[in-house]
Amino acid sequence: MSHVGSGKAASSKEQTGLRYPSNGKTIYHRPLNRTKTAELSQAAFAYLFSEMVIYAQRRVAGIQELEKRLNLQGHPIGLKLLDLLLLREPPRSQTRPLTIIALLHFIKINVWTHLFGRQADRLEKSSNPDTPDEYMIVDNEPLVNAYISVPREMSQLNCAAFVAGIIEGVCDGAMFPARVTAHTVGGKEEGEMWPGKTVFLVKFQPEVLEREALLGKG
Amino acid sequence: MASSKASRLGEEVWKTRMDKVNAELVVLTYGTIVAQLCKDFDSDYIEVNKQLDKMGYNIGLRLIDDYLAKSNTMRRCSNFRETAEMIARVGFKIFLNITPTVTNWTSDGKQFSLIFDENPFADFVELPDDGRAQDELWYSNILCGVLRGALEMVQMQVEAHFVSDVLRGNDTTEMRITLIRYIDDELPPEDD
Repeated sequence: MSHVGSGKAASSKEQTGLRYPSNGKTIYHRPLNRTKTAELSQAAFAYLFSEMVIYAQRRVAGIQELEKRLNLQGHPIGLKLLDLLLLREPPRSQTRPLTIIALLHFIKINVWTHLFGRQADRLEKSSNPDTPDEYMIVDNEPLVNAYISVPREMSQLNCAAFVAGIIEGVCDGAMFPARVTAHTVGGKEEGEMWPGKTVFLVKFQPEVLEREALLGKG
Repeated sequence: MASSKASRLGEEVWKTRMDKVNAELVVLTYGTIVAQLCKDFDSDYIEVNKQLDKMGYNIGLRLIDDYLAKSNTMRRCSNFRETAEMIARVGFKIFLNITPTVTNWTSDGKQFSLIFDENPFADFVELPDDGRAQDELWYSNILCGVLRGALEMVQMQVEAHFVSDVLRGNDTTEMRITLIRYIDDELPPEDD
């Protein structure tokens, strides 16, 4: 039976109804690492991101819903980035992270460096004994918020919810299901060093902690 | 401005005056925008094209200031041919680090094509295999809106649309741009 199955999979490409250019300009012909270090203008990102936020804003009723929507748009990116970034690692470190700490380091270092050109600023575990499932990734100055000014009446909004969605996608893809939210913690006072400082609160599902405890790595 | 000079200008502005980010951040963000539109409009790709064009138009209205400030070209192009070269060699260069080819002019000098050998937005992209997307969706349609919005701010009304796309199985990606008219400066409203 397995032969039949694999035979089907092999011929499935011919069965798609998609047309491809005759000169081979398809995603299957391009090296996956071609754009690994390519750059575009930050302006291009800022324009697209602001249109994305404005569009989302028109279709939601409140700040929470808006953040949820931005989160959902980041999620598929995280799922794909996990595979892409692991694939680009040298063979010995290509396995997906197997512990919470390894996963968070992967996010803080690999994901951040790839997307934003630097590591995240800090990684913390919740000191509250009631919430051992919570971890925090701190970014003093999220790149995605560089050109976003939040109106006073929406001061709860943090558009880095998009990045929270990316992180959530990475966690889910690595089999560490979690909820991730973005919170502004920078002070509003004059002379505040990081007014846009953002905490990404990563709250893992109970089964993740159970598994860590069983494996004795928790 | 001669086209070789425009190329040098584009190159220099890109290298020295533009803040950069990883290309994949931009590409993936654009992808998630298009995917969301396809979802919201239930794969009504004609509507998705329209929405993308609208977003691009909004971007273009603002982007032109950025373009003028960064390129520091405070002089009007002397004709539409010069405009085309500046779009390709300076505009596309400094924002997307590509230089599409300007070609296929009509004899009246009002219509030309941009051929995209490279299209960063299309990296990692394959259109849905639903028998419709490849006939209806113009994946990079936001770029048409950007040109329309940006040129409107400098008194040119244009129409822009894609005529082919490698994502549809065509051998090239080509956008057709038509100058409709130069917009006269309007008098400020009467002060009653």
